[in-house]
Amino acid sequence: MLLILLLCAVTAPAAESPLKKASLMPLWSPQAQFAGYYVALDKGIYARHGIDLKILKAGAGHSPAQTVKDGRADFAVLWLTTALQHRSAGVKLVNVAQMVQKSSMMLISKKTSGIKTVADMNGKKVGLWGGDLSIPPRALFAKQGVKVREVTQSGTVNLFLRGGIDVTSAMWYNEYHSILNAGVDPEELNVLSLSEQGANFPEDGIYTLEKSLRKDPLLATAFVAASLEGWRYAFDHPDEALDIVIKYMREAELPANRIHQKWMLDRMRDLIMPGTAQGAPGLLREQDYWAVAGELRKAGLIRDYPDYGIFTGRANAGEK
Amino acid sequence: MPGKNSIVIKLVLVITLCSSLIFAVTLGYNYYRSRILLVKELEGNAHNLALSLVNRVETELSSVTKVTEGVARSLETGRYSESELLSLIRITVEQNPKIYGSGVAFEPYAFRAASRLYAPYYYREKGKITFSRLEDSYKFVPYLYWDWYQIPRELGALEWSEPYFDEGAGNTAMSTCSVPFYGESRGARRLKGIVTADISLNSLTELVSSVKILKTGYAALISRNGMVLAHPLKAAVMNESFFSIAEARNDLSLRELGKKMVKGESGFILYRSLVGVRSWMYYAPIRSTGWTLAVVFPEAELLENVTRLSLTMALMGLAGILLLTLAVISIARSITKPLRSLAAATHLMSSGNFDLELPLVCSNDEVGLLTRDFQVMKESLKEYIKNLTETTAAKERIQSELNVATDIQASLLPRIFPAFPNRPEFDIFASMDPAKEVGGDFYDFFFIDDNNLCFLIADVAGKGVPAALYMMVAKTLLKSEGQRLGDPGQILSCVNTILAADNDSCMFATVFCAILDTRNGEVRFANAGHNPPLTLNSDGIRYLTLKPGFVVGPAEDMNYETERLTLQPGDTLFLYTDGVTEATNVADELYGEPRLLAALQCGPKEDVTALIHHVRAEVTRHADGAPQSDDVTMVALKYRGVAA
Repeated sequence: MLLILLLCAVTAPAAESPLKKASLMPLWSPQAQFAGYYVALDKGIYARHGIDLKILKAGAGHSPAQTVKDGRADFAVLWLTTALQHRSAGVKLVNVAQMVQKSSMMLISKKTSGIKTVADMNGKKVGLWGGDLSIPPRALFAKQGVKVREVTQSGTVNLFLRGGIDVTSAMWYNEYHSILNAGVDPEELNVLSLSEQGANFPEDGIYTLEKSLRKDPLLATAFVAASLEGWRYAFDHPDEALDIVIKYMREAELPANRIHQKWMLDRMRDLIMPGTAQGAPGLLREQDYWAVAGELRKAGLIRDYPDYGIFTGRANAGEK
Repeated sequence: MPGKNSIVIKLVLVITLCSSLIFAVTLGYNYYRSRILLVKELEGNAHNLALSLVNRVETELSSVTKVTEGVARSLETGRYSESELLSLIRITVEQNPKIYGSGVAFEPYAFRAASRLYAPYYYREKGKITFSRLEDSYKFVPYLYWDWYQIPRELGALEWSEPYFDEGAGNTAMSTCSVPFYGESRGARRLKGIVTADISLNSLTELVSSVKILKTGYAALISRNGMVLAHPLKAAVMNESFFSIAEARNDLSLRELGKKMVKGESGFILYRSLVGVRSWMYYAPIRSTGWTLAVVFPEAELLENVTRLSLTMALMGLAGILLLTLAVISIARSITKPLRSLAAATHLMSSGNFDLELPLVCSNDEVGLLTRDFQVMKESLKEYIKNLTETTAAKERIQSELNVATDIQASLLPRIFPAFPNRPEFDIFASMDPAKEVGGDFYDFFFIDDNNLCFLIADVAGKGVPAALYMMVAKTLLKSEGQRLGDPGQILSCVNTILAADNDSCMFATVFCAILDTRNGEVRFANAGHNPPLTLNSDGIRYLTLKPGFVVGPAEDMNYETERLTLQPGDTLFLYTDGVTEATNVADELYGEPRLLAALQCGPKEDVTALIHHVRAEVTRHADGAPQSDDVTMVALKYRGVAA
């Protein structure tokens, strides 16, 4: 409702008023996971919505949550779990849009290891990413009472491929494909999707600080609308979207494997479009929010969490 | 014109096609075998080339491995102060030009309790050996979580890392040899850290890329993950893997090939290379790193010589076949030339021209024989036709003479009816149809005086000209003697005597001769072997009973008795020769007396002309188209009596 209300307000003024400066820090370095934002930027969609956007360098060593907290970025792409943890730690993050409506995280083991369930992972070496990305599997292990030998894994899948760990954390749209394209067939793998293991935590969402939202709610709304439009354009023109993503990857001096980015874009479509189909593009569903927050607190990963209205910035309008 | 069926075209077609086929099969087989031999030979060469390259790479790698292991062992056995450690690392890099950089990375607090991480690192930068501290260089990801540290740490064994871009420390694409080293701590063997030595990927890939194979063939290096490390396709290096290319091309076989490679197998296959050219590839593993080295031979270039040779042979063969065709044409033409001129001549001959000259043939072959036979045949035909023409002319002459004879004979017999229109006492009608042009039958009737009519019918034995001639004599004699003597018996005796006198050919005739007295209907008659006539009156039809009499001609001094019979007005006398009763049809059935009697019975009795025509028609109907075998002669006389 808020979205629609604000959407009507921003459609016109783009041309007359000067563009508002804004910045976004994605969760990671340029890749098709963020195709919608890069496409919206490249195709001038943000500008059309009155925003002069700058996408900040991200990746290893950059914390989008911290950057937003420090006011060095207006918006950040964060997982819901990450945002909840930071919120619990006192950073007043607000979810203005939820892009990925379900968990795309996987726990992958080789069939030869005989690990078929989460319970089988008890006592095994399990690769977890450092930082916030380990929250969902940790919550899952806590929920199932499984004690694993945690090994911090890096950005490559080599540790898993060489047998350094028994189980690896993987994103469906990224590491899973990297494993396949290292010559391992899907039939050789046991894949446990978190979404099917009772830890279906929605991932990428757009966050800003509560005070920023309060100061300029129209900016957030315009940013979300432009981002959604960018995603739609990317899914409608995948080849062009890949060209744009790869252009930004090369600018960041990253190796850019087109077929990998294509896989990623296709999977993002699978993850983002269901939400759109349900008539709530970019909306964090209330029941999802309560479920995830509850799980995290049960697992002891957060102490408390705000009301859904506060977390999504909807209560603000009412309160003030 | 023989057209497309001519012998020349057939010969040329068959010979050219057969020789082309034989040549094509030979050439194809030759190409096929050469190819197999070449590929077999190539496999050996490719194997050797790949192994020698593998050995060169392995040599470089193993020297680095040995040095790294040496450092690790010395760190395990001796105690090193910080400066000793640094100089050890520095000397390691200095003395081993193959090593791009080397370092020792310690487990947390393993070097000294005061600091958590410690990882000194020496590397080459612009020709100088530079020092860096990895715990500081890696700004974002601590060295503890890099593959080169983590994998050997977790596996507890030497490990060559997947090639990577070392951002922060070495700042180049490299692969790192990592060896874990251990120390005693409270009686237990504990990991102290990892000794590393890097090799620059460039130096390795240069070694591989420098290999030149044919024109565009190449050697390539693939990592343990299938990553392309050295390849002429620069964009793919360190960016594409064998599997991502297979996925992009949707080529399952390429993926299977990649799987074999990363599993450390070796093999020799024909495939579509990453640059999209059908090529032969030999691939072999580099054991120490798990990489794969491949040598690629583009098939087209490999088979270039064979293809060129085959092409030359094909051109030569084509020229040969062309030559052969020309030769065949010329030979075939020379063989068929006399045949063709003979055919042209015989073609004219077939339309009847036998006077033209056949082509002169001197050769003794089949064509010569044929021509000579044609010559003989032509002469025979000419002779035959000449004879035939003469014979036909003679026959025609005879035929025309016979026609004249027919006319003469016909004109001899009284033919005008009614013969005596002013004699109402009787009607007479007669007909004679000769079987041939001239016949041996005849009839006659004439008045001897005012009241006596002599009439007769005769049949000379045999047919044709002899019978006709005999008939002439007999008829003339009968008429002259009839007019002189006036008695049938005497007439026959006289005529017989005259005929028999000079009858060398023993010809004879049967005669029935009668004289009617028109005043009272009395008939005197005599018979010389003729079949008895029939009388038709109100009582019916019956044969006249005759005294036997011998035929006239063969013997002299025969007596013929004159008998008498009286015709009542309305009675009819019917005379005929055996030509009537012996007329046959196609089934050889005789007409016979019963049929004759029946015909007379139903025939018109009042009019003798109609009666005879009726009988004649019946006989013709019976014959039903069968040729007439004997002369058919009939005479009918109807006595009407003297008008009161």
